[in-house]
Amino acid sequence: MITNMTSGLDFQAKALVLRAERQRVIASNIANADTPGYVARDLNFKDAMLQATGADSSSGLRTGSSNPQGGATNGMTHPAHIALSGAAGGSLGGSSHLAYTAQSQPSLDGNSVDLDRERANFTDNAVRYEATLRFINGQSKTLLSAIQGQ
Amino acid sequence: MSMFSIFNVSGSAISAQSQRLNVVASNLANADAVAGPDGQGYKGRQVVFETVPMGSDASAGVRVSSVNESNDPLRKVHNPSHPSADADGYVTQSNVNPIEEMVNMISASRSYQNNVEVMNTAKTLLLKTLQMGQ
Repeated sequence: MITNMTSGLDFQAKALVLRAERQRVIASNIANADTPGYVARDLNFKDAMLQATGADSSSGLRTGSSNPQGGATNGMTHPAHIALSGAAGGSLGGSSHLAYTAQSQPSLDGNSVDLDRERANFTDNAVRYEATLRFINGQSKTLLSAIQGQ
Repeated sequence: MSMFSIFNVSGSAISAQSQRLNVVASNLANADAVAGPDGQGYKGRQVVFETVPMGSDASAGVRVSSVNESNDPLRKVHNPSHPSADADGYVTQSNVNPIEEMVNMISASRSYQNNVEVMNTAKTLLLKTLQMGQ
């Protein structure tokens, strides 16, 4: 019963942690915009979220075409394999989804940060982070008013 | 809380950029300096940035790994009436190119602003997170 009540909150909480993670990665890119040889990175939010929710049936992320296991197999190729405790389906904040961004304008010093794109990503991610926060606030207010019954 | 490391990352970038701005300032200040009696004029300096990992592998800060002196030839200006002129009437000046330094300055100040904005956004988000559920 209580899981049904909080599963929606749980989903948003995972999204919030992943948004914070992505915010951090983009901040690193902006900080290293002038560093020679630095390669920009980014977090694939969709994959990370699919892995984080894993077998969570309450998630709203059932995108039709993707494989049913999502990214939650963690390199296990046989059903008898034992999942690593640190890399279980619900793990958050792992760096397994960090990819290297494609270079839009190659530069001689090997730096692949596109500052305009990073700033756009940063703002976009900040807005989505705030949206997730508001979802959490709204859901918790709904739960509280249901509990209090007033 | 992973977002707190944004302050470390952007802070390291701000300090590196301000060091770069400092070097630009000393280059520009000495752009017209003439060589002393030893004939050695001021040589322009450039900072070299380097990525430094912070905490987990995704956070990457910046630091100034070294400050290098430029090896460009010193500028020689023909000015026989100058007290520091050599036997042929040439005065040795610094090898600083003021245009390059101005471009460098603009780039450093823009990067500084970018990182300040990143910190401000992170601060706003963290404050809103603190108010969660209220």
